[in-house]
Amino acid sequence: MKSPKITPDIVQKVARLAHLTITPQEQQKFATQLSSVLAYISKIQKLKTENVEETSQVTGLTNVTRQDEVDEKRMFTQEESLSNAKQVHEGYFMVPAIFEE
Amino acid sequence: MVLDKSILELSVGLRRKEFSSADLIKESFETIERVNPKVNACITVREKKEVLAEAEKKDRNRPTNASALYGMPFVLKDSYVTRGIRTTAASSVLKNYIPQYSATVYEKLFTTGAILIGKMNMDAWGHGGSTENTDFGPAHNPWDLTRVAGGSGGGPAIAVATRVAPFAISEDTGGSIRNPAAWCNITALKVTYGRVSRYGCIAYASSFDTVGPTAKTAEDCALVLEAIAGRDPKDATSSPHNVPVYSKELSRNVKGLVIGIPKELFGDGLDPEIKGLTLDAAKTFEALGVTVKEISMPLFDYGISVYYLIAPSETSSNMARYDGIRYGNDRTHFTEETMRRIMIGTYALSAGYYDAYYRKAQKARTLFIEEYKRAFSQCDVLLMPVNPTPPTKIGELLEDPLKNYLADAYTITQNPVGVPSLALPCGFTKSHLPVGMQLVGNMFTEDVLLRLGYQYQQKTDWHTRIPRV
Repeated sequence: MKSPKITPDIVQKVARLAHLTITPQEQQKFATQLSSVLAYISKIQKLKTENVEETSQVTGLTNVTRQDEVDEKRMFTQEESLSNAKQVHEGYFMVPAIFEE
Repeated sequence: MVLDKSILELSVGLRRKEFSSADLIKESFETIERVNPKVNACITVREKKEVLAEAEKKDRNRPTNASALYGMPFVLKDSYVTRGIRTTAASSVLKNYIPQYSATVYEKLFTTGAILIGKMNMDAWGHGGSTENTDFGPAHNPWDLTRVAGGSGGGPAIAVATRVAPFAISEDTGGSIRNPAAWCNITALKVTYGRVSRYGCIAYASSFDTVGPTAKTAEDCALVLEAIAGRDPKDATSSPHNVPVYSKELSRNVKGLVIGIPKELFGDGLDPEIKGLTLDAAKTFEALGVTVKEISMPLFDYGISVYYLIAPSETSSNMARYDGIRYGNDRTHFTEETMRRIMIGTYALSAGYYDAYYRKAQKARTLFIEEYKRAFSQCDVLLMPVNPTPPTKIGELLEDPLKNYLADAYTITQNPVGVPSLALPCGFTKSHLPVGMQLVGNMFTEDVLLRLGYQYQQKTDWHTRIPRV
């Protein structure tokens, strides 16, 4: 697979997927920069990887579990939980509306 | 300067009451006042009065069996959450974030009696290799203020280089501990993945992130590592592997060890002075009775591709949590570099490209693990450069992300594999800029790396040189 050219439209689409807001100037700039980065890293396509397993972590550990018990020392009070929120309402986090009226 | 002493010397001095912990803290703050306006290493410095009170209390209550780190000032890269102390990861997103809990590494050091001075500058979220991608102003190299300090952990490296503190805790995902260490003339250890708990370390790429010490010498790194290593129930990826008393192993014989020099890493693209100084270090190791031989690791050519597919993919997922609702500001506050990495990752993980990019890189990651295994069947330790060039001018690489990424070539292949690496000073360029090398070992061989580093530093004095700021 050849390295596809990253157009401003693709930048816009990816930014939307990642919930990033970008200006038209940034769209153009990122298109150029990401194209050159992807063109370089696409050389990975030349590497032979048939029958090679994927690696997603290197701990050598499997199924690390603990007792399903609540550790009260690690619990926050309601006040602590909300201490960094910009908007709270009667002890709750306030979030932007997602339904239209 | 008392803080120019080693951790052992400092701890003996404290025990004999030649000076107090309060004296050390006062000196730390004096150094910060003197150098920080020039180097911009600190993001948050704790209230001096509060820290002094803590030190005086430590002086009064010093136990007879106090640890070597008791009463010792230290700093953290600002990527570790500290309860009640602002933590930013150098991003405007977390400009006002006051964590409600603390990272395990901080808890452990607090328990041994070490005293936190402040939180240090870095590339936001670890995204960068120069401490320019920060919302708190670029850090300046203490050896030449017009140049970068390296990154992402530029701040912690500067703090140790200028003797603000005898040690710092930094974080390495693709060189963030080693690169600034080499460019600031200090010693620093990227540990085996899982050797130190990551709990409370703000994630960049979770399967690469490691927590490690930054200090003046290999001996000091050993003392810090034995205090912070070990399994943590709060981090399921932390290793149950036995923690040696690293500082007791330093004088053991190194005769008979074999150092491999991967020839592919000493070719085009490496500054000739760095090449020369690194190969000079190989001769010093030979004088210590170590065998040095050339080996081949051709896969290195694909290192950047693997790293810059997997790390951005993981970071795009990690950064998804920043919505500005429970804490922090919203996503319009990311820097351009962070946006680029999120977008590369989102692209590599998106339908249609997942197999060609992300999955392909995960397979190549397996090939790198095999490549390192093959190398360690021929030698005990690998010797290689840390950086391809001396520190660049501030602003030089900002508009060219690809060139910026290529500069990480020597440090980005160890993290996907998980192996440890010790970066340490090996000389200066003709224009008086520091040069570092790295010793890379097999999984959980920090003891061997620290021993080689310690014995090299008994024969050389590069690590004793201090920048005049």
